Amino acid sequence: MAWEPVIGLEIHAQLLTRSKMFCGCSAAYADAAPNSHVCPVCAGMPGVLPVANEEAVRCTIMTALALHCSIPEFSKFDRKNYFYPDLPKGYQISQFDLPLSRNGYLDIPCDGTARRIGITRVHLEEDTGKNTHPGTGYSLIDFNRCGVPLMEIVSEPDLRSAEDARRYFMQIRSILLYLGVNNGDMSKGCLRCDANVSVRPAGSTTFGVKTEVKNMNSFKAVKLAIDFEVARQIKILEAGGRIQQETRGWVEEERGTVSQRSKEDSNDYRYFPEPDLPPLVIDRSWVEDIRTGLPEMAGERATRLARLYGLPETDALQLTTSRAMADLFEHTALLVGSDGREVAKWLLGEFQRLLNDSGLEAEEHTVVRPEGLASIIKLVEAGRVSSTAAKTVFESYFRTGQDPESIVRDLGLQQVSDRSSLEPAARKAIAENPQAVNDYKRGKTQALGRVVGAVMKEMRGANPALVGDLLREIIGEQDS
Amino acid sequence: MIARSDVQKVAALARLELSEDQLERMTTELGAILEHIATLSELRTDHIGPTSQVLDLHNVLREDSERPSLPVEAVLANAPDREEDYFRVRAILE
Amino acid sequence: MTLHTLTIHEAGDLLRSRDISAVELTTAVLDRMSVVDDLVRAYITRLEDRAIAMAEEADRRLAAGDDGPLVGIPIALKDVLCLAGEPTTAASRILEHFVPPYSATVVKRLEAAGAVFVGKTNLDEFAMGSSTEHSAFFPTHNPWNLDMVPGGSSGGSAAAVAADMALASLGSDTGGSIRQPASLCGVVGFKPSYGRVSRYGLLAFASSLDQIGPFTKDVTDCAIMLQALAGHDPMDSTTARVPVPNYAEALQGDLRGVRLGVPKEYFVEGLQPGMEDMVRGAIAALRDLGAEIVDVSLPSTRYALATYYIIAPAEASANLARYDGIKYGYSAGVPSMWENYNLTRGAGFGDEVKRRIMIGTYALSEGYADQYYRQAQKARTIIKAEFDEVFRTCDALVSPVSPIVAFPLGQKLSDPYQMYLCDICTLPANIAGVAGVSVPCGMLEGLPVGLQVQAPAFSESVALRVAYAFEQSGHFVAPAKPELVASLAEG
Repeated sequence: MAWEPVIGLEIHAQLLTRSKMFCGCSAAYADAAPNSHVCPVCAGMPGVLPVANEEAVRCTIMTALALHCSIPEFSKFDRKNYFYPDLPKGYQISQFDLPLSRNGYLDIPCDGTARRIGITRVHLEEDTGKNTHPGTGYSLIDFNRCGVPLMEIVSEPDLRSAEDARRYFMQIRSILLYLGVNNGDMSKGCLRCDANVSVRPAGSTTFGVKTEVKNMNSFKAVKLAIDFEVARQIKILEAGGRIQQETRGWVEEERGTVSQRSKEDSNDYRYFPEPDLPPLVIDRSWVEDIRTGLPEMAGERATRLARLYGLPETDALQLTTSRAMADLFEHTALLVGSDGREVAKWLLGEFQRLLNDSGLEAEEHTVVRPEGLASIIKLVEAGRVSSTAAKTVFESYFRTGQDPESIVRDLGLQQVSDRSSLEPAARKAIAENPQAVNDYKRGKTQALGRVVGAVMKEMRGANPALVGDLLREIIGEQDS
Repeated sequence: MIARSDVQKVAALARLELSEDQLERMTTELGAILEHIATLSELRTDHIGPTSQVLDLHNVLREDSERPSLPVEAVLANAPDREEDYFRVRAILE
Repeated sequence: MTLHTLTIHEAGDLLRSRDISAVELTTAVLDRMSVVDDLVRAYITRLEDRAIAMAEEADRRLAAGDDGPLVGIPIALKDVLCLAGEPTTAASRILEHFVPPYSATVVKRLEAAGAVFVGKTNLDEFAMGSSTEHSAFFPTHNPWNLDMVPGGSSGGSAAAVAADMALASLGSDTGGSIRQPASLCGVVGFKPSYGRVSRYGLLAFASSLDQIGPFTKDVTDCAIMLQALAGHDPMDSTTARVPVPNYAEALQGDLRGVRLGVPKEYFVEGLQPGMEDMVRGAIAALRDLGAEIVDVSLPSTRYALATYYIIAPAEASANLARYDGIKYGYSAGVPSMWENYNLTRGAGFGDEVKRRIMIGTYALSEGYADQYYRQAQKARTIIKAEFDEVFRTCDALVSPVSPIVAFPLGQKLSDPYQMYLCDICTLPANIAGVAGVSVPCGMLEGLPVGLQVQAPAFSESVALRVAYAFEQSGHFVAPAKPELVASLAEG
């Protein structure tokens, strides 16, 4: 029996606003002392009232537009009622039946083509506090995170494999980084993802029982957890069993998902419209303003760069997966003025290698600037450093930010490139290496290398191609 | 009328501990109240939209600017149980 | 010394002319409190030290020439309004020791206006009730007859003013909790339109129905208080940006050109004998003042009770979910967290509060939400539309406030529904969001009767005008209040 996985992803992304969703506390709570970014409103004290953050609404609409969603005329907030210690009001202000957007899609590359993944909705809500369990018998609660604006992106169950899910999630993340609405950090919980997973016989159109998979803190975990869950379900069904609808958590150490009893005995959230917040009537001109303010999205940018700089499409796509990388490319290409392909080569080659080694994203790295990279490229073009030496220069620049020209001087990597400086050394080397010269004259072309080496040593760096040409010329002269 | 088992379910949803005695009384009292309230079903509302807000307000939004938070001591001053600057609860048994 | 019997405007004149000092006035009120409150029990917390300190500050302001009408005026606050640094209990065990680090917006406004806070008054727990008997601590007694209830839920605030233990007080009104106790205690009580006054810092009962308003001894004082309270607040998203008029301009004295509707559905069979005649007599007096009186109908009034007793408990069930023994307030302190939730709330909340949370939770729960909650929201649309319609042809409505006068303590405790019936004339205004005021209009069996004036949303001036004209007409002159000290001697 062939089985088909059916997967939907629910992504929660904290918005990078200055203040929280319903109060003025700073939303930058990471590394803050416990309960230091808390006010009566986000602590759910008696008598307080929420006031909605306009920027959070704008970010959500912007994200929804980037995901091709439609923005309704009318939207509102609702109370989602349940008890949990990290939820101080005993309800979460969220959106139920009239979210800020619906019916979008994202095309993800899949086996050479693209598959369209439906996006059911993108809505806005508030994050909860954090519980930690440092010992047995008790938990500690910190409300710093409580009230941070949280955007929820829900996909249709259109994903058909764990790899699909991983790619979808990566692309969403890239879009969020592109828009500047989220920092993409999964390890700190700023970007979270839950999966709804079920399987069905291949070709069937009905849905199987689904489980919810949580606690996937990395792209790798997303793939492993979903693969595990799919396999687990198939095994049960093939043995004639039934899938239990439940929440399961991914446990790294066990390389498997584990059943978690739900937070609430029943999931009756008793949604009703939030009486403390007037509804939103979303003006079409505001939506259009947000739409025109959308930064050029990755796909379109790739097409433009490929066309403009004559780049192969794969290169262009790779360069544009990260906005920071694409920006660096374009600004450097403009400064260099010549072939953009050289810039692409540097970024996709050396720069990416160094990023990988240091475990950084292009967004996070701030040292390499277009001016610096452009100057290195120009140095190579002018023959003032060899391309090998340039890599050393670049690495040093990457790590220290020191001006590339001064790095060349400090490391003595300059190579001499003008004839008049090289000629005396060339003649001297020819005179001092008669055996090599003779070997060369007798047809052993590699023998010239030794003479070139001697010139390089004498000059402490010279343009080897130029030296070679010069030696051949002089030797040729001498023959005639 | 409301069944005693429904009263128990609602009490559990609302996280209200009721003694046997209270459960009895509550079942009777709620039953009576619900009977009176049920008269609302007489009202024809097929083509009526719900009102969740009497005011015609919308788009009440604030600028995304920071305001000072409470000092930690003020946040925790009324806490029934605390450890340093955290609220403490007994084991969250799943 | 009778300083405590002064109105705000009378006291204000004497303070500004420096004939009396704010400290003298506050001391007089505090002395009165110490003599009489053991009988009336209007106060949960007496703020003696703070009051004197605030009075001293007021005297400084008066000396510097501050002529604001509320400088130095002793005011009581219903204990559901946060006052930073003082206990705010909601008359509940679950908040018995809660001290907020913030004050309600209305409290801050009164403070900025130079008022003096003399105490936090008693109420039905979490504002749920019509007699103040559901306070977790003790009931309040009606100053006109100590065996009777003062009404509720703002019974303490009404009684404090009626017994001259404050020159004015603040209450909250969700289904009648200002107007009904005002009627039962013979004082003026005003519920502003929804969105007129900020709810920030008011312990929420029903978010779409609650409003804060004043209890005063006369309508002139009421206008002064409303002036200080009304206005948009950026901390409350449900406050309107409608400009606040000069309410004093409404205090004219005649009603020529004013059209008053008398909604027939308010004259229900449940009205106490004599009540209808008394209210109709008051309405006749309004005609004598030049008003045109017309009969009108609000056919869905009979559904207001059911509508209210679904929406209010539903919102309350969510608003009270924050009382969990974790962040503040009472905690049962048992080792299992989920058990702690249940026991804390079970023990911390009184019976009436628990009943309402249960009704509300039920009305919102899966399988019942359409039949109850959504049906009630639709009924609300109908009720509000009827008010909108009737206000197209009337400037205001006049009617009874309460079907009955103050009743004996304990009389209505056995059947919750009987208690709910006290509010049938007041609930509709909260459902529709309109303004309403109770102004004393007579005495029945030695107990006060109030006349209700309801005005369209943001037309507080109209309600004030009608109430003021009636008050000044002399149709009803209140008898002397019972000597509470003498009762003590007799008892």
